[in-house]
Amino acid sequence: MGWLDRERTIAPPGFNRWLVPPAALAVHLCIGQAYATSVYKTALVKHFGASLTEIGVIFSVAIVMLGLSAAIMGTWVDRNGPRKAMFTSAAFWASGFLIGSLGIFSHQLWLVYLGYGVVGGIGLGIGYISPVSTLIKWFPDRPGLATGMAIMGFGGGALIASPVSTALLKMYDPNSGAKGWVASGESVGKLFLTLAVVYLAYMMFGAFTIKVPSEGWKPAGFDPAKVKAASLVTTDNVSARNAVKTRQFWLVWIALFCNVTAGIGILEQAAPMIQDFFRQPDGTSLASAAVAAGFVGLLSIGNMSGRFAWSATSDVTGRKRIYMVYLGVGAVLYTVLALAGSTSTVLYVALAFVIISFYGGGFATAPAYLRDLFGTFQVGAIHGRLLTAWSAAGIAGPLIVNAFLDAQGKPGALNAASYQPALLTMVGLLVIGFVANLLVTPVDARFHEPRPGRVRSEEPALEG
Amino acid sequence: MSSAQSSVTPSTGRLVIAWALVGVPLAYGVYETLTRVAALFG
Repeated sequence: MGWLDRERTIAPPGFNRWLVPPAALAVHLCIGQAYATSVYKTALVKHFGASLTEIGVIFSVAIVMLGLSAAIMGTWVDRNGPRKAMFTSAAFWASGFLIGSLGIFSHQLWLVYLGYGVVGGIGLGIGYISPVSTLIKWFPDRPGLATGMAIMGFGGGALIASPVSTALLKMYDPNSGAKGWVASGESVGKLFLTLAVVYLAYMMFGAFTIKVPSEGWKPAGFDPAKVKAASLVTTDNVSARNAVKTRQFWLVWIALFCNVTAGIGILEQAAPMIQDFFRQPDGTSLASAAVAAGFVGLLSIGNMSGRFAWSATSDVTGRKRIYMVYLGVGAVLYTVLALAGSTSTVLYVALAFVIISFYGGGFATAPAYLRDLFGTFQVGAIHGRLLTAWSAAGIAGPLIVNAFLDAQGKPGALNAASYQPALLTMVGLLVIGFVANLLVTPVDARFHEPRPGRVRSEEPALEG
Repeated sequence: MSSAQSSVTPSTGRLVIAWALVGVPLAYGVYETLTRVAALFG
């Protein structure tokens, strides 16, 4: 399989670097399907006679595997290059769907856990980090824009998968015209088979389009000295092994964890939350189910566009400043949402939209932040380790919100005031993240990789 | 060895096809979502 090796993917002279973002997008748009599982959730509950929680575990396992595989495989991805990583990710992602469909056809839920959750989750993790360091190397002048474009795809993938999956389920199920229709298990199995084939083809397009720049390549007119002018941007390199020993890595980890936890708090509860916020004294809500569905759609757009727009903006403002906006302005907006969100639907929707755009922006800006602090040497592997913050937030966010809401009353009887403790807790988290980001300083020189002619006497110890 | 390299594409067609392959589905997804969002303002 030598044709997958990094050496075989070095770009020839004249290669257009703008071919790299669509290659990265091809992978991220496919793995972004992970956020469209709600389309067939009810169908799987009925097919397996299982609870919502038991079916929800499929998604949870996939996200945990994403974080673990990104953390564990990051160094392998950096060493072997993006083509082999994307190829491997495609094989895992498509196999996950195939094994999952086998589980559905044979009524074996554990096979769906193993397939979509474990095998597919590994594909998610490798796929998520696979193009990141390559993009940063192709766009040293605009790393935020480049990673924003790719990671935007992860948000956009669900926007595509959701309507396409619904249309396919209707096509595969002869009873789709019936009143109160829920897709049959067989149609979900066929959907999984279709997605396996389509995603494999798309991701292979990405794998065979991507190329790495040759040693020493830089874009025309690019002056590295101008980038270095920013105090937090290094021209040195830190290995992934040493990066996790630095205070800076863990401060960025805390900032990302707080930002993601706060965002997930809204995303998880989006549909019932808008209805509860505008619940009238007689128990009815001013926000109908259709309005709630529209609100969820708007948040998806905010999540996707924030990834691109805020990350691209960070190339101008600097990474630390944009994180101050995500966390500081985010905390203020969250406070207004908690205390005055129920006074106007327009205010509520606008606040939630901006907050979710910050959530997406935090994800997309993280790789460029790591590049600034640790250099390009093993930025993919360091990014993989940072994504454990996402896995942790995926557990903490829903736990915090659900625990507070459970204490406030039963679903359907909640109102705006019921959400205040949970939202104000998120404000506290954002403030903690803001302080952590504020404390980020340049990485100490003892963690830098030796340059030619310079030798490091001993391995640096953990930073106190 | 550092060599600044021009970004002029040898094949604009390849670039257009690559962006269309990802851009068209993404535009479709955004359009479908916006039709749902319309309920918010309807």
